[in-house]
Amino acid sequence: MIYGAILAGGSGTRMHVSTLPKQFMALKDKPIIIHTLEKMLMCNRFDAVYLGIHPGWMSYMYDLLDKYNLDSERIKLAPGGENRNDTIFNVIEEIKKDFGQQDDDIIVTHDAVRPFVTLRIIEENIDAAITYGACDTVIPATDTIVISHDGVDISEIPNRQYMYQGQTPQSFNIKMLKDLYSKLKPSDKSILTDACKICVMENVPVKLITGEVLNMKITTVNDYEIAQVIAGGIAID
Amino acid sequence: MINYVYQLVSPQFFSVKLDDVDIDGKVVVRPRYMSICHADQRYYQGNRDIKILSQKLPMALIHECSGEVLEDRSGRFKPGQPVVMIPNMPKRHSNYIYENYDEQSIFLSSTADGFMREFVDMPVDRVIPCDGIPMDIACICEFYSVAVHAVNRLINFAHQQRETIAIWGDGSLAYVIASALKVKNPESKIIVIGRNSRKLSRFSFVNKTYLSYSLPSDLQFDHAFECAGGEGSYDAINNIINYIKPQGTVVLMGVSENQVAINTRLLLEKGLTVVGSSRSGKKDFEEAVDLMRTQRIRRRLGSIIFEDKPVSSIDDIHRVFTTDLNTPFKTVFNWRL
Repeated sequence: MIYGAILAGGSGTRMHVSTLPKQFMALKDKPIIIHTLEKMLMCNRFDAVYLGIHPGWMSYMYDLLDKYNLDSERIKLAPGGENRNDTIFNVIEEIKKDFGQQDDDIIVTHDAVRPFVTLRIIEENIDAAITYGACDTVIPATDTIVISHDGVDISEIPNRQYMYQGQTPQSFNIKMLKDLYSKLKPSDKSILTDACKICVMENVPVKLITGEVLNMKITTVNDYEIAQVIAGGIAID
Repeated sequence: MINYVYQLVSPQFFSVKLDDVDIDGKVVVRPRYMSICHADQRYYQGNRDIKILSQKLPMALIHECSGEVLEDRSGRFKPGQPVVMIPNMPKRHSNYIYENYDEQSIFLSSTADGFMREFVDMPVDRVIPCDGIPMDIACICEFYSVAVHAVNRLINFAHQQRETIAIWGDGSLAYVIASALKVKNPESKIIVIGRNSRKLSRFSFVNKTYLSYSLPSDLQFDHAFECAGGEGSYDAINNIINYIKPQGTVVLMGVSENQVAINTRLLLEKGLTVVGSSRSGKKDFEEAVDLMRTQRIRRRLGSIIFEDKPVSSIDDIHRVFTTDLNTPFKTVFNWRL
């Protein structure tokens, strides 16, 4: 089966403008997470779409689903974890409880704060995860990337031709991801912020899916203002 | 829901507009296959009056499209159901004027955004199921429905002597007219007149083809379709007036950016009926879909389709419009954006 997982475990500490986690802030006339959920639900290939929500915001999320008449049986909630990977594995646990577990199950994980994802990106993620087991959505880097190990001097300037900026979705064969994760030492688990890195560390190939420049992550106040302009709405502080 | 709309901003320049769409009461369709019309190509190349271009653009192109239903809260369509979409959006009903001639009607890719979008939100009555018809063929349903409409126009206007019907033109429009005429008026002999012998050789199912520069002096026909358009309109229309029998009906279909001088003296002497035919309406679409369920018709239509590689980026959109300039018939492509 094919599952979507919208990752919204965060509590909005980087936005500074609001006590409301950023995924719940309004983009035009709807919370960002509702836009993201609507797009994921539009993909008929998903058997279910899970929302990994910070436990403190679960009831708020249920209220939002009621408010926007999102009563599809395909929508499921799972508690968010301490970090991104914890949330993914919480969702995987919920999937197991709800639907059991098959070797060819696929999970398409996506940031709640990337509402401008397209159906093409989602469809290509599903196809690649089925065929190759893992994929990551990226766009070619347009700025030169500079590496500094001490934050003072440049250590290295890698060739931009090989540089990409990671977006989401990131998609995996669930069984493969679980197997790889179980092999990691607790110390490795604590430094892994990106699920694709779990595969890369174990030398499992991760296919690239071309993202969209507009598939931006709304993280800062500036991002939020840009997103409002892109969506044609008016920013509300 | 946020939608990506791929608009032509100026000739050969696309931009993405994000649109927050209210899908309540609409059928949400994911376009799967599209086909390029000459009208789209004229916008893309900038071969329209600059004043018209500045009024119409930015606008998403393409009005020939098949797709898959993503959601329909009315319950009439199932998710995943294959459909074709009618680009004509009437604003009122009239007992006398067809919806495709009503000045108040909206036509997608002419007076509103066409189908080059991530998804299309359609009124329920503008969506027609096309189960059983492959998507790459179903996408030219609009084009075929234009032919069905034109043949219906002829049937409504022409007198009953219909022994021979001529089609002037050898392109894709002439081909679909011939195809629709063959099934809707099987007792008539169909002749096709064109300039290109290779193109004419595709019309294997008509009774006779002629090259326009070597027509027999005794050529005659009862009624005719003009499917030349552009610079060819002048010769096509005047030749039809020359060769058609008195009181024949001429259906004009080719679009010309310039005004065309025609032999009105002979037209009047022969008492001809000239009928304009453009676009199509819901009934024509329904009839076209029904006809396309017949394998023989699908095969016939399939022979004028050139499928280009899928479109997954704006660069790919440029590619298919370039391909279309170099293919004699219809360019279709899988839409993945």
